[in-house]
Amino acid sequence: MHLRRLASLAAFVATLAACSGAPADSGVTVPPSARLQKIAVAYDISGRGDGGFNDIAYNGAKQAADELGIELQEVTARLDDTDDDRAERLRLLASSGHEAIIAVGFTYAEPLKVVAAEFPDVAFAIVDDGTVEAPNVQGILFAEHEGSFLVGAAAGLKSRTNHVGFIGAVQIPLIQKFEAGFTAGAKHAKPGVEVEVTYLSQPPDYSGFGDPPHGREAALGMYDNGVDVIFAAAGGSGAGVHEAAVASNHWSIGVDADEYVLAPEAVRSHILTSMLKNANVGTYAFVRAVADGTFEGGIVTYGLANGGVGYATSGGFVDDIRDELDAFSADIAAGRIAVPETP
Amino acid sequence: MPRLRGAAYLLVAPAAAAMLALGVAAGILAAAGADPIATLRDALAYGLRPETLVAVVNKAIPYYLAGIAAAVGFHLRLFNIGIDGQYRLAAFAAAVIGAAVDLPAPLHLAVIVAVALAVGWGWAAIAGLLLVRRGVNVVISTIMLNAVATGIIAWLLAPDRLGTLAPGSNNVTTPSIPESGWIPAIPTPAGELNGLIVMALLVGLGYSFVLARTTVGFEVRAMGMAQPAAVVAGIRAPRLALLAMAASGAIAGLVGLPQLLGASHRFGLDFPTGLAFTGLSVAILGRNHPLGVAIGAVVWAFLERSAQVLDLAGISKEIVTILQAVIVLSIVVAYELVRRLRVRQERRAVAVAVEGLPA
Repeated sequence: MHLRRLASLAAFVATLAACSGAPADSGVTVPPSARLQKIAVAYDISGRGDGGFNDIAYNGAKQAADELGIELQEVTARLDDTDDDRAERLRLLASSGHEAIIAVGFTYAEPLKVVAAEFPDVAFAIVDDGTVEAPNVQGILFAEHEGSFLVGAAAGLKSRTNHVGFIGAVQIPLIQKFEAGFTAGAKHAKPGVEVEVTYLSQPPDYSGFGDPPHGREAALGMYDNGVDVIFAAAGGSGAGVHEAAVASNHWSIGVDADEYVLAPEAVRSHILTSMLKNANVGTYAFVRAVADGTFEGGIVTYGLANGGVGYATSGGFVDDIRDELDAFSADIAAGRIAVPETP
Repeated sequence: MPRLRGAAYLLVAPAAAAMLALGVAAGILAAAGADPIATLRDALAYGLRPETLVAVVNKAIPYYLAGIAAAVGFHLRLFNIGIDGQYRLAAFAAAVIGAAVDLPAPLHLAVIVAVALAVGWGWAAIAGLLLVRRGVNVVISTIMLNAVATGIIAWLLAPDRLGTLAPGSNNVTTPSIPESGWIPAIPTPAGELNGLIVMALLVGLGYSFVLARTTVGFEVRAMGMAQPAAVVAGIRAPRLALLAMAASGAIAGLVGLPQLLGASHRFGLDFPTGLAFTGLSVAILGRNHPLGVAIGAVVWAFLERSAQVLDLAGISKEIVTILQAVIVLSIVVAYELVRRLRVRQERRAVAVAVEGLPA
């Protein structure tokens, strides 16, 4: 962790050094936007380098920034932040010339209500919240329950013991959406399947997002109990769940990113699939819209219908059930299957 | 002459600690590949803007309350790690009851503050009782009580219990407290000052009054300075420990109020956590002195505010966390060195007086 921090710090300093010298050649043909010069991403507590959600949100913003040849600034929250602190962070970004600002996480909702009114010319996006009503704020929401339904179905279809598990990072409504979708999907695909549910921590203890040993213990307990597929909606703790899957020779399911690609070689063989939450789609679209002058405030929901969520096929372990999963996906997108958002 | 020397000693320790911390900070910045002088200058320039200073004071208010809560325990060598659980539970209860009752403004506020005080008091008294009756170490019991408080809040703060979940939101909160239960901000040219600063000042005054002018305060100071002597003199140690824990908890109960009554008006998943450890550090920094703790709280808040600029410069603001730790460590070391120096000089003075040895 520390090494990675240091490495990313070094990389960042190096980037800065590069920027201050000759302009970096991005190799992309899109000319720099005349209007948009600087954009920024304000992360929630865990920050970038979490190998999950923050990184994905960054990827979308980064892709857009590279294409447009503009500067991308990043800042991270602290655990003991008050609304004031978060507001001041956004204010600092807005007042230093950043014209499009992405706030990652619902904890920015209250501060954003204040700051968005102070800077009507700055475009804001907030990921995972839809409560800020302002003409210059876009709420980016995801239908996590829809994607979770598909991996739940995969778990149900692949389970030999008719017993699947869900490990959530922290028991908050956001993660409970994953649980609701997963349970519904498993039971839909295979009626009578038993779903075991556990959460690694309770708010305001957010340690469940970054505690692999805890994830490993919870998973081993479930596997011992007859579970043979576990969906780890647990951020960084998922690494421990994947290890447990290898140790007990069962399946695990990743979250947010395609974890088969990110995981170490040794555990890949046991990652059945991953629930994809493509925050990059949302952040990319936001930055492009601001650059193109088509930005509008309001709520945008990314679900199965518009590629905001989905399931991963890397590894080929779900190839035999892809037809069924894609049929479910089409049914959900068309509204023929209603997926619950709360357990 | 000795008086003057005493005052000099008082200043030497913090000055030395500050210099040491600055040196370490510059070293770390240089190691991270940044220009230390330019970076510190930028941080200082941002930190000293009037708007930032108001924000610094706002941030220092809960730190000060947590610091005083910690200091009350420190006098009796009680490490109240439970401030965290005490203030969260107190703020949660105050938010729930504040939203449930509808009273005229002064009464409404009084009820909310009373609930916060009472919950903090009661929660800390559990640890106090465990210590006095069963000899359970306060550090252990308060850490465990923090976990219990977390569990209670997590269970109650659910959409089908005491919490609500707005459509499109991922944040479970208690219902908002009606406006009669808010504390208005104090407008200044550089921004709004949190109105709870008045309460923090009152707590500081009360703390210094009780400590300096009352029998209990005298007993507490006596216990802190020489426990065996105080016990022989008839001070009942267990009663005092219980009292100090409960008082520490009551003050801790106020820590969440600047956020609750001055800003968010409700308790949610985004309520700040972890203020307790800042309080402990600030109390150490301020040597348990009402004014010292205030200075410590402001310094702490100033460092954290200025740190936001570091992010913009592409420097990890964890550097500020390191800096804070270095300051606390060097303060402790510096005071210990000064204390030893003084003891040696006093011994020499006594020796001169008694035996007539040349100085």
